Amino acid sequence: MNQGPLIFLGALLALAASWCGMVVVPNVQIGRQQQVAAGPSNSRYPAIPSGEAQRGRDVYRAQGCFYCHTTNVRQSGAKFDVVLASAGTNKAALASGLRAARPGLTPAEVSQIMEQAPKPVLQGLTRAEAETALKHLTVPDAKAEIILVPTGPDIERGWGRRMSVAQDYLFDQPLMLSKQRIGPDLTTIAARQRDPSWHLLHLYNPQSKVNGSTMPPYRFLFEKRKIGRHPSPDALQLTGEDAVEPGYEVVPTERARALVAYLLSMDAQFGLFEAPLPVEPKRPDATTNQPSATAPTNAAPTNR
Amino acid sequence: MPAETGSSTACSASPPVPVNEIDRSCRTPVVFLLACSQAWLVIGLLFGVISSIKLHGPGFLSGSEWLAYGRIYPAAQNALAYGFAAQALLGVGLWILARLGRVTLQGAGIPIVGGIFWNLSVALGLLGILAGHNTAYDWLEMPRYASGPLFFSYLLIAICAIMTFKLRRECALYVSQWYLLAALLWFPWIYSTAQLLLIIFPVRGVLQAVVNGWFVQNLFDIWLGSLGLAAIFYFLPKTLDRPLHSRYLALFGFWALLFFGSWGGMYAGAPVPKWLGSLSIVFKVMTLIPLLAVGLNLYRTMAGKWSAVKTDAALGFVALGALCYLLVGVVGILSVLRTVSERTLFTLFTPGMTNLYLFGFVALTVAGAMYYIVPRLLEAEWPSGGTQTFHFWTSVAGIALVTLPLLFGGLTQGAKLNDPQAPFISVVRSIIPFLGLSTLGGTLLLIGNAALLGRISKAMLATCCGSCCPGLLSASQKPRALASGGKV
Repeated sequence: MNQGPLIFLGALLALAASWCGMVVVPNVQIGRQQQVAAGPSNSRYPAIPSGEAQRGRDVYRAQGCFYCHTTNVRQSGAKFDVVLASAGTNKAALASGLRAARPGLTPAEVSQIMEQAPKPVLQGLTRAEAETALKHLTVPDAKAEIILVPTGPDIERGWGRRMSVAQDYLFDQPLMLSKQRIGPDLTTIAARQRDPSWHLLHLYNPQSKVNGSTMPPYRFLFEKRKIGRHPSPDALQLTGEDAVEPGYEVVPTERARALVAYLLSMDAQFGLFEAPLPVEPKRPDATTNQPSATAPTNAAPTNR
Repeated sequence: MPAETGSSTACSASPPVPVNEIDRSCRTPVVFLLACSQAWLVIGLLFGVISSIKLHGPGFLSGSEWLAYGRIYPAAQNALAYGFAAQALLGVGLWILARLGRVTLQGAGIPIVGGIFWNLSVALGLLGILAGHNTAYDWLEMPRYASGPLFFSYLLIAICAIMTFKLRRECALYVSQWYLLAALLWFPWIYSTAQLLLIIFPVRGVLQAVVNGWFVQNLFDIWLGSLGLAAIFYFLPKTLDRPLHSRYLALFGFWALLFFGSWGGMYAGAPVPKWLGSLSIVFKVMTLIPLLAVGLNLYRTMAGKWSAVKTDAALGFVALGALCYLLVGVVGILSVLRTVSERTLFTLFTPGMTNLYLFGFVALTVAGAMYYIVPRLLEAEWPSGGTQTFHFWTSVAGIALVTLPLLFGGLTQGAKLNDPQAPFISVVRSIIPFLGLSTLGGTLLLIGNAALLGRISKAMLATCCGSCCPGLLSASQKPRALASGGKV
């Protein structure tokens, strides 16, 4: 093979093929994604971020937060729960149905489930098992349903209720998925920690909020200054070794506030067609607005 | 042969240029590129060590915004990829093209200008990253005011390379020339695609990750890989003084690498259409074919002459570099398999592999090439001393320490990450010992390479002073013409 042009053409062909396959085709496939209706109020998702969150995103990028924090929740599978939504009036048929679906049930448990509906009857099934169980519960007037529960270590850690999908990143410019989890995933940090002053104190001295954290302090995002005529309402409530000398206060700069606004905008919690959420079963009666105590929820603020 | 019309212009009837003359034409541009690249290696390692310390000692230099981990880490990565790896391999490539073509380096002023601008662009890009102008794309962090000039500097160097190839006086092409030719074409395409689709006319959402992943895959597996393989295929047989085992096997490996290595870049579990991850895995596994072809060829070339690595420094480095290439390839293939990647994704495993690639494969190959080229170009022996042994053993120990702890640490980290019962803070604490070992390895590499940089500077200074004012030099420093200078 002594032909320079031949090598050149061959290489060009190989490169063009991979360019078409890995650059052009994905663009054709998902390059025209748009906002979709999602969430309880059917709002457009993802929402266009606020100006301050956008500025915060810029701080996040400039400081390279994404070298330690991913924004990518993985899902390894799904389990299915069978939930009795409403018991209806045909109690006897339902009770035998319940015992057929879950043979070990005592009569007391059966009546408890029927009284407390909506209530999960069986949890963590495969789809086939759930469908078999559902058949037993198909009793006139009673209502039972199958609920999909995404599973995976990330989800069980409370980092999100479902996997991340392309739709979540529609307005991410630049995209900062990250390849490293030296710190926790931040996809739903807003749901896990809603308190802006917690975030500010954490940025100022991470170890004061998370014992053993290896996150570096970002004190250059704060300003230490003499207290003027009135103490600033934004001043950090510093205690212990962080406390500054009397007459001084530490206030967050514009950048720190923007960064926290961005963190508080990170809340990919809506269920989507391609990534459904475990729906909370609705009560058929007027008390629909009350959050169900039994419904699976991972949204509680956790700091794991 | 009927197809000879294409090549009739490529190799003229003129006789081959003598080796001394070729080396003289290469002297300034190639030594310039190699010396600068070595300086970037030292800078990159220094930044890398600082960022590595920050991972286990978060208070270290935390007062300075410019030295924040999220800034100095990408600065280190870019210094290593563009300042060091790309520049060094391009320098070695220019020299190989001239030597194999038996022709002087064409338009030798062009690569010098290109080299100067390349270095200025890298410096500007690193300053931009430190100042917070990071673009946030993997291996493309340099802001556009630096990436633009970098691209045009590359074109200058590539023009010189293509001209040297075109005006070659030896018609027959050697394996290294195929790899170099492919690499020369590859970079402008992938770099311009990435710049256009990520920075100038950015695509939406996750498509950025797809384009970025494709770029990184091609940057490492094809571009830097081809440049490095060109050097290995040249220096290994050369320093062994025996022909390559099989040209046909090399040819097969070359095309297989180009076709299989260029696809992919997405990991399984990324929020993109699933076929992208699956296709990436399939093609990555297919790169086992070129890997085996290269490995077998080099093994058969070496067979029976293993003891030569002890006496020839250049061979020792290049052979170890080749071994690292094969290791990175095999471990890389294993790590994309779903069961493994579930555990290695988002962990220290990834930087461990990058370290093995950059410090093992690239840096060792380049060091071997430098031990061969630089004395010939400077027409001087290396200043005496144990630097060579010191450099070799600090490299071996350093590479082991920046690689193995991160690979094993990554597996530990991944296992804990996938166990939701393990509190996250315990995952964070568990990787600290591994990071400490890698800091130690980085420091060893830094010391060894700083010694080599000092040695190159000394040799350059000796040649420089020797040519203008020989009286200044003491007898021991006087440059001596190399006895083996006549060897092609």
